[in-house]
Amino acid sequence: MLGPNLFTNYGEAVAIILFGIGFSNLLLQKNLIKKIIGLNIMDTAVYLYLAEKGYIAGRAAPIVTNGVQDAAAYINPVPSGLVLTGIVVSVSVTAIMLSLTMRLYRRYHTLDLDEISLRLKKEGL
Amino acid sequence: MKRKNNAFFRWFYGEKDPYLGKVEMRPQPKYENKPSDLREAFRDSMMRDRIYDAEDNATLKIFQKLYRIAAVLFCLILIGILLVNVSWLPRYGQASNPVNNEVSARYIESGLQETGAVNIVTGMILDYRAFDTFGESNVLFIATVTVLILMRLDKEKKAPAKKGVPVYTKPADELTVAQAHDRIYEPKNDVILQMVAGFLVPIIIIFGIYVILNGHLSPGGGFSGGAVIGAGLILYLNAFGFEKTERFFTEKTYKWVCFFALTFYCLAKSYSFFTGANHLESGIPLGTPGAILSSGLILPLNICVGLVVACTMYTFYALFRKGGF
Repeated sequence: MLGPNLFTNYGEAVAIILFGIGFSNLLLQKNLIKKIIGLNIMDTAVYLYLAEKGYIAGRAAPIVTNGVQDAAAYINPVPSGLVLTGIVVSVSVTAIMLSLTMRLYRRYHTLDLDEISLRLKKEGL
Repeated sequence: MKRKNNAFFRWFYGEKDPYLGKVEMRPQPKYENKPSDLREAFRDSMMRDRIYDAEDNATLKIFQKLYRIAAVLFCLILIGILLVNVSWLPRYGQASNPVNNEVSARYIESGLQETGAVNIVTGMILDYRAFDTFGESNVLFIATVTVLILMRLDKEKKAPAKKGVPVYTKPADELTVAQAHDRIYEPKNDVILQMVAGFLVPIIIIFGIYVILNGHLSPGGGFSGGAVIGAGLILYLNAFGFEKTERFFTEKTYKWVCFFALTFYCLAKSYSFFTGANHLESGIPLGTPGAILSSGLILPLNICVGLVVACTMYTFYALFRKGGF
């Protein structure tokens, strides 16, 4: 069942474990800010995974030095671009979630999601 | 300009309501507190309190325990499944892995000739995939607009009570007193912070400009350099307060900077893609690789992206801090 490369791919394994930690934060925390932190941990895990996928042992970063333009001299540039996209989207999503959280806090004066939904129901909404 | 005085314009400027006097309008009966209504409302609230009583509800407590156990189990199972997947992935860091296919080889082998950028990643994201980056800049812009809608505190248009202290008109529950008076109570004369900021902010901003302008030559580019400049602006704001930053950065600045940067990006890249797809001469010189004025459109596009990112970072901070610029 377990494949041969679990310990060679330790970087990817760490990324998966980080992803799980972030996801359990998202499920178990009641505090909305901590949920957002969990989502950011998941984002970070995805960046780590992509960076690990692009790395090739013993090669340089993809910036042409001394005119060497051999594909065998540099690492894969595509995952770097994907990580950039991921960071931008994660920043935007985090900003929007935080502003929604601030609106909720101003209305209910608590960050506890259970309490907010309980009060919503008690108000008959 | 002389205003036309027909019905539409009078309606447009709010002087005339076309329905007034034409449509039958019956005023609603005045609301009275009848005893029976009060009794009903009391009964409803009692019932809701009983139904949603979270303190001693045995079912709810069991459910919460079960939920926590199930969530932990679910996460562990998810990690297990994904770890089994990782163990079957190709070995880490090998050149023969399937991700290192002809796409990346092509980018590395002919990227310098086709885009003129020494930094292959910049050449990829600002030339081959320029519209992807344009979409990212737009995502940032739309996120800022959404945060602006959510966080904004409206200012009264006429006659602020005191200079620099706007009067807010939102309902009181939306607005804690501390936020309304953030500008009055903010520390204005923190000597340590002001000395350090006066020393550091120019260096930070110059470093950000360097990162943006060298985006096609060295690691960096519009996004990282813009984030550095935004951090410098936030430090400046924290040290010297909103009165100083409002001299050069207001809502108008943000609006026009983002508008011009995004429009220039869109038009320039549309032009270059149009000519490229139709095998026309675009007339954009690529220059010598390695020089600062080289690689065609990449440098101006980097500057555009950097401006958008710097303004976005600063605006996020200003909006979260006090709901305005």
